[in-house]
Amino acid sequence: MTDKPKIAMYWCASCGGCEEATVDIAERILDLTSLVDIVFWPVALDFKEEDVENLPDGSVTASLINGGVRLTEHDHMIKLLRKKSKIVVAYGACSAWGGVPGLANLYRKEELISLVYHETPSVVNPTRVVPERRSIVDGAELELPDVFPYLVPIDQAIDVDYYVPGCPPTADVTWKAIETLLSGRLPPKGSIIGASEKSLCDECPLNQTKPEKILIQDLKRPHQVIPDPEKCLLTQSLLCLGPATRGGCTALCIRARMPCTGCFGPLDPVSDYGAKAASFIASIIDFDDEKSVEEVIDKLPDPIGTFYRYTLATSRLAGRLTEGKR
Amino acid sequence: MSDEFDPKIVLFACNWCTYAALDLAGTSRMKYPPNFRVIKVMCSGRVDPQFIIEAFMQGADGVLVAGCHLGDCHYLEGNYKAMRRMALLKRMLNDLGIERERVRLQWISASEAGKFVEVAKEMVEQIRTLGPLTRRVEVST
Amino acid sequence: MKDIVITPTTRLEGHGKIVVCLDDNGDCNKAYLQIPELRGFEKFAEGRHAEDMPQITSRICGVCPMAHHMASTKALDDLYRIEPTNVAKKIRELVYSIFMLEDHAIHVYVLGGPDFIVGPTAPKAERNILGVVAKVGKETALRVISMRKTLRKTNEMLAGRTINPVIGLPGGVSRPISSSEVEELKRIGNEAVEFALFTLKVFKDIVLSKKEYVDAIASEAYTHRTYYMGLVDEHNRVNFYDGKIRVITPKGNEFAKFEAHDYLDQLAEHVEPWTYVKFPYLKQVGWRGFTDGEDNGIMSVAPLARLNVADGMATPLAQESYEEMFKVLGGRPVHHTLANHWARVIEIVYAAERLRELANDPEIADPRIRNLPSEVPRVGIGVVEAPRGTLIHHYETDNRGVIRKANLLVATQHNAARIALSVDKAARNYVKQGRVDQGMLNMVEMALRAYDPCHACATHTYPGSMPFTIYVYRDGRLIETLRREFR
Repeated sequence: MTDKPKIAMYWCASCGGCEEATVDIAERILDLTSLVDIVFWPVALDFKEEDVENLPDGSVTASLINGGVRLTEHDHMIKLLRKKSKIVVAYGACSAWGGVPGLANLYRKEELISLVYHETPSVVNPTRVVPERRSIVDGAELELPDVFPYLVPIDQAIDVDYYVPGCPPTADVTWKAIETLLSGRLPPKGSIIGASEKSLCDECPLNQTKPEKILIQDLKRPHQVIPDPEKCLLTQSLLCLGPATRGGCTALCIRARMPCTGCFGPLDPVSDYGAKAASFIASIIDFDDEKSVEEVIDKLPDPIGTFYRYTLATSRLAGRLTEGKR
Repeated sequence: MSDEFDPKIVLFACNWCTYAALDLAGTSRMKYPPNFRVIKVMCSGRVDPQFIIEAFMQGADGVLVAGCHLGDCHYLEGNYKAMRRMALLKRMLNDLGIERERVRLQWISASEAGKFVEVAKEMVEQIRTLGPLTRRVEVST
Repeated sequence: MKDIVITPTTRLEGHGKIVVCLDDNGDCNKAYLQIPELRGFEKFAEGRHAEDMPQITSRICGVCPMAHHMASTKALDDLYRIEPTNVAKKIRELVYSIFMLEDHAIHVYVLGGPDFIVGPTAPKAERNILGVVAKVGKETALRVISMRKTLRKTNEMLAGRTINPVIGLPGGVSRPISSSEVEELKRIGNEAVEFALFTLKVFKDIVLSKKEYVDAIASEAYTHRTYYMGLVDEHNRVNFYDGKIRVITPKGNEFAKFEAHDYLDQLAEHVEPWTYVKFPYLKQVGWRGFTDGEDNGIMSVAPLARLNVADGMATPLAQESYEEMFKVLGGRPVHHTLANHWARVIEIVYAAERLRELANDPEIADPRIRNLPSEVPRVGIGVVEAPRGTLIHHYETDNRGVIRKANLLVATQHNAARIALSVDKAARNYVKQGRVDQGMLNMVEMALRAYDPCHACATHTYPGSMPFTIYVYRDGRLIETLRREFR
């Protein structure tokens, strides 16, 4: 092996988007391979789990892990990578905060199984079969992996050093994060790297039209209105989470005339993005009586899906296993 | 079982109004349930929803946020902010299965010690009926 | 009895595990493809705003987020009973053609293609993108990387983001194309057609010119006689974005042609205990287990199926290639699974030509991109052809447009039963006398890879993924471990 730093990459419960995002650094991937040795990357390279086990502990400079923890296999693999790595990076919204699949924590595992295998209108299942951990078919014993009752971000299973935000992180953010990791000047542990320290508004093309004090008297959902493309979307009563969200993506969604949904997550030192974003939106509702405030809030039937879309798994209030009243 | 359950309620009390009311209740020798963990804040508008969520995550069964009446805020607008935030937060917590009775916003002025006692007793009984708040059981990974 | 467990299956999206069961002679008598992923999208859709679904469901899959985004957007059109503007339809089909082209190209050059470009029995170390580069040359490889980057950047411009687009709304799209962008799009259209024809040439030169490859394509080991399903336009030609769903029998006769709205009359899903993926089948025919034939409702989707189902292609160069393929392989329908690779290349040609057509459409920069909905929402069903097959999104909402129930029938699912058949058949053909080596295993995996399966999509129901490993068991004891963690 050479003296180049070693990098490993792994995916847990991932849609594959973060893998695609890494490949999107395109030609820069050749620069990367000249700077580092990639010792593990199931998506593209042939190295096996044993190869990782055989590495000395702490010999991998950085492991980039995407996807949330849902199966026992994920948990096993990320614990192994933690042992072998100096630095572990939670890459992407799912590993950092659970991501969109974290919304499954709103429901119990039994409810998920019941809907999928018994209740959807197209399923025909008169004998009420469900996938089993172990099943015997024609004499063969077949196993499926164990599924946890809810999904967690990886820092609830292992110690994480850095986070790269985004769903997925953009190519530029990815590259900046890699440069930071290889720079020798590491930021404090727990930092979010690769992205901006300021909110999205700072890089939004509509920033100049944002008044110093934004106040709204209505909340519109994107299909209800055609916005003026030259004016801040919040001032047009569209629910843009830009002010509460970390920048770094160059405001791609706003450039496509859609409001920010918060996929780059919180700014420092916010720990609960959903609560903070909701707090922000609520505090700019320009009414002084509770009834009028409630009427505005009623325009948004799904606050959880709006404010916690990428971060619900960080809240232990979702995913409660006991019978909670809904 | 519910007779033995003693709710833990976190109370965010604003310095100028509610905290003074608590003092008055105390000096007037009013009896009120001991279930409240009091956190003094300068204004109800200081109460970040993250605090409320953190309180629940750390073991609270209920949270009471109390401050000056609307129009009487020492900082003029702080309690309006609190009112707006709580309206949305209660909606969200309800969607997460946290019953509305567990989160309460109450205006209590410095002289309303009696009001505070009334609210306190009511809230403790409501939550006692609801039972302890369940949190996600950590699956050992 | 001995079981061989093949995991990982390589060069595919998502995770899977193949279990090969041997009889006492060591010959395979049964094989199973298990998909251990499950995520819950259909359940956690409940309670969400319908208009958020195009961006939520795109997270089902990071390789084909555009497919879900588009099917979801069309479901919203239906939900609000609102017709998109003409230019919105064109913009949608334009970004969709760009996406199909780019996605198919990756499969051809990186995922499935290496089986042919380098050779199915080549050593595993060469059967990957690096081997392709060695075979076709670095210049070609850079050309592919560059084309992919151009196409993805274009869709970032037009649809907001490449991975997880944002423009889909009921009644239209959120962003118009500006007239200054049109010149660039026309240029990209030309480049795309050149690239598509280049890919066709590579395929012909390297694959079709070799008898052993053509024989492999036509071999019985990789042949199944199932029904086929795909979207067709009003002239029964392949269309990725819109149309009616058409099904043909194994003999090639039209069996059904229906609107997405009527899918529940035609399609049902079957459940097995050994895998998380559900198996759609034709309701009117019925489920008869894992076998071929006209009596069994198992069908197939994706490139080969689409070409089988259609009477032709809507653009001239693609039509030429379509006719050529069926001439060489003996007429429609073609039942050889590996012909999917060829059909995919033909679809690359169509996508490029369609992209060029739309880029040159005089209306494409029209600013009227949305009609605002006014009807009360209730039920919406939308269909597109994803790279990997027919994709249906079905939502039921309350009158505020909040999802009450969601049902997703996802492309690779429709192939799940046939994939199971393919894996089983290939294993029985190639695993003899207990001989388990890399070459044999690859022959089994080739059956799988031709479908370009996307298991993140197929099991949209619970998160999970597992690296693949090959475990060889004898009498319940693990005697050997083979691994290929390659995509």
